[in-house]
Amino acid sequence: MMLALEMFRSLPRTVAGKAVGSRLPGILSGYAAPLRLVTIDAPVVDRPGWARLKTRLSGICGSDLGMLSGQTSLYFSALVSLPFVPGHEVVAELLEDCEDLPAGTRVVVDPVLTCAARGVEPCDGCAAGATNRCSRITVGDVSAGLQTGFCHDTGGGWGQQLTAHRSQLHVVPEGYSDEQAILIEPMACAVHTALRAGVRPGDRVLVSGAGSVGLFATFALRELTGAGEIIVVAKHGHQRELALALGATEVVAPREVLRRVRRSTGAFQLKPEFSSPYLLGGVDVAVDAVGSKQSLETALQATRAGGRVVLSGMPAPADLSAAWFRELEIVGTYASAHADDAFAKATELVAHDAVTQLSKSVASYPLHRWREALDHAHSTGRLGTVKVAFDPRSTQ
Amino acid sequence: MSRPGFVLEVDDRTPPLVVHEGLGFRLESFPLGTRVVYPPESLPTVPDVDEAIREALLHPVDAEPLPSLLFSGMRLTIAFDDLSLPLPSMKSPDIRGRIIEHVLTLAAEAGVDDVEIVAANALHRRMTAGELKHIVGERVFRSFFPQGQLYNFDAEDRDNLAHLGTTEQGEDIEISKRAAESDLLVYVNVNLVAMDGGHKSVGIGLASYKSLRHHHNPQTMVHSRSFMDHKKSAMHHSAWRIGRIIKDTVKVFQIETTLDNNVFGKPYDFLMKREWEWSVRDQASMLAMKRGLSVAPQKLRHKLFHDLRAPYGLTGISAGEVEAVHEQTLERVHRQQLVEVQGQSDVLVLGVPYLGPYNVNSSMNPILATCMGLGYYFNSYRHQPVVRKGGAVILYHPLNEGFNQLHHPSYVDFYEEVLAESTDPAVISAKYEKQFAEDEWYRHLYRTSHAYHGVHPFYMWYWAAHAMDHVDEVIWVGADRKVASRLGFRAATTLQDALEMASGTVGSSPSITYLHNPPHLLADVR
Repeated sequence: MMLALEMFRSLPRTVAGKAVGSRLPGILSGYAAPLRLVTIDAPVVDRPGWARLKTRLSGICGSDLGMLSGQTSLYFSALVSLPFVPGHEVVAELLEDCEDLPAGTRVVVDPVLTCAARGVEPCDGCAAGATNRCSRITVGDVSAGLQTGFCHDTGGGWGQQLTAHRSQLHVVPEGYSDEQAILIEPMACAVHTALRAGVRPGDRVLVSGAGSVGLFATFALRELTGAGEIIVVAKHGHQRELALALGATEVVAPREVLRRVRRSTGAFQLKPEFSSPYLLGGVDVAVDAVGSKQSLETALQATRAGGRVVLSGMPAPADLSAAWFRELEIVGTYASAHADDAFAKATELVAHDAVTQLSKSVASYPLHRWREALDHAHSTGRLGTVKVAFDPRSTQ
Repeated sequence: MSRPGFVLEVDDRTPPLVVHEGLGFRLESFPLGTRVVYPPESLPTVPDVDEAIREALLHPVDAEPLPSLLFSGMRLTIAFDDLSLPLPSMKSPDIRGRIIEHVLTLAAEAGVDDVEIVAANALHRRMTAGELKHIVGERVFRSFFPQGQLYNFDAEDRDNLAHLGTTEQGEDIEISKRAAESDLLVYVNVNLVAMDGGHKSVGIGLASYKSLRHHHNPQTMVHSRSFMDHKKSAMHHSAWRIGRIIKDTVKVFQIETTLDNNVFGKPYDFLMKREWEWSVRDQASMLAMKRGLSVAPQKLRHKLFHDLRAPYGLTGISAGEVEAVHEQTLERVHRQQLVEVQGQSDVLVLGVPYLGPYNVNSSMNPILATCMGLGYYFNSYRHQPVVRKGGAVILYHPLNEGFNQLHHPSYVDFYEEVLAESTDPAVISAKYEKQFAEDEWYRHLYRTSHAYHGVHPFYMWYWAAHAMDHVDEVIWVGADRKVASRLGFRAATTLQDALEMASGTVGSSPSITYLHNPPHLLADVR
């Protein structure tokens, strides 16, 4: 038996989330989220390549918060198996040998449940190394679930134990703290974002959002691409400093972004009737690292004709007129792909001084203080934290 | 008989004094011993304006009479000062319109067909049709505007600029091609303060950025001591060098006018009186106005103030050769505005009113308020500044009017981006001026909308460069603290607080001088 947080099916809470989740996300996730602390059997998948793990730290991601506050699109409802234990950013240690990895090995989990993990023939995506595009995420050895942390059978990081397939495991190098290691998965996503952004040398890039997604994307863009100017949109003072430390050329407040991009690119600014202004001209690439309507529209409005808008946050419905009229390339970027070698690159990137420093601000909570943890996670920007995590080993 | 300006020393019997602060004013009790400089009362005005205009045109100074310069088949251009002068805009008919009518009558008598009338707005915003009509009058407007023969100067229209060469100091002279290629350029000026007019009229009003950048820069501005004394102003020296070369290329017939100090019409005329001479009616008006303004929303206050038109009277008109005309003009301006002040003080107090040259029918944004206070009012001196080197300036303005997006788009970026990085005029000039001056979007807005040129906020900041270089402390009373801080200054709630804050610089019992304007005054500091 183990202690875990479990997301369960609840029509009233889901309806409440849809109704007010976008306005009061903190209240929803803290007091009306379809989440409960339960004692359940530890998950076991009795198939080759699977092993049990003991969670050391599991991060709270923006997508988790969106799900708990009812803001996630129902599109994803077919890709999960309720009830499940959330938590897809996981640092854990093996409780048993897993192929070449002995028990006790400290690992981070690539959460995507690919054909290899499901024990089915590789789909086209997996065969090409684009494992994040796997088409078999609802079939095979485990129940439906796009990732660990959304699948009933595997469990997730918000429980004391979970199971994972060897193909998902990446060994944490010696000398890395758990707090550093917990950043590897989101950094791997950022690596994938940077590679998907198609940035050419000298390109001007806008990163809309300076939470962990935006900050890591900024860092990956700076380290892995030849981006010229990187303008980051940040709401809070500490985000501004972090963005600059991670490679931003300039950091602007949300209300200033269009003006700054216009100035820096020599674009023209138009003001349509009863709507927000937009640019004719703008950055070459914009990364929406928030997923809100406002953030996505900002990215669309600030990108030059023929430029690229990268959806790094889970997107909200937005006005796509600019995408049509300006012939923008809209590129989704989900999780990370094996072909990118994203976890290896991310492991190197989190060893960088700026990220090591940032990992010291990771705030961890025991499972029973989950309401506080979610509250904190909703307010990371305001409270000066970049990542909030659960430490299921802790009782304090 | 009008009384001259004078310096009052505040004593026990001095009532609270009016201090302007944006869209309102306050009655301030100044510390005992404060010197208050009052402008002279309005001079007698010209009894027959039309006759004075005719006289000036027919008997010009150091020039042939205007009719003898006009001939059939010639190309005549009439340029005039834009809406930045006078302040506030004068009641109709505007003196410029009356003069232009006289010039046009003479031109018609001489059979001149090719006439164009150009607003010399340099990098200022294009005036609207209504604003042009207010200045030139209904008849001239109707006759010339629909045909495109009355228009705003466009300093970014490369095809219609003429480069006349450079001065001996390498200053480019690039002005309106139409003006440069005319057989005669008649310039109609309103010389509100001593820095206006002379070679500044054509050399600046019809010039492009390429030309203006040579004198509108921090180095020149810091060495213009002051702008109100053209013989000691590096900016005017440059304008004079440029003007003399223009004069060699183009025949310029300069017409300069001077106005009295009649800034406020009834029922606000009490604002021009000395407070201890207010009648009961004046006191009641003041009380009612103060109460009304305190409860009125900002939009209404803005409308109330900006709808005011000044009942200015003409104190004189001179026409002819630029420098000779300007000498006469300055003599009249000095007579109207000069007040002798003995010695400098530790603290200079200035009330920044609702209006400056660049927010006519617009908002007094924080950069314009700075320009008005630390630029124009601080520089309202001859010989030496009213405040000593290393002293303090205390200004009154709430700095809360925000920015007019139509008129001042580049100001917003200047405030948000440039001032966030530095408030040092030299630093921002080196790093940002060219970017803003050549920004295509600002150019587009300047040329097609009603926006000041992209570089204009830099010029506003440079106007204040001399003051910022001269004093150690600038404090805004009643200002938004965040805004004051962005400008690099401090904010205080009351004068007493401001003096307390300045005590580290000027001590606990500083000498204080308050320039009681508007109406306009020029302190002759001995």
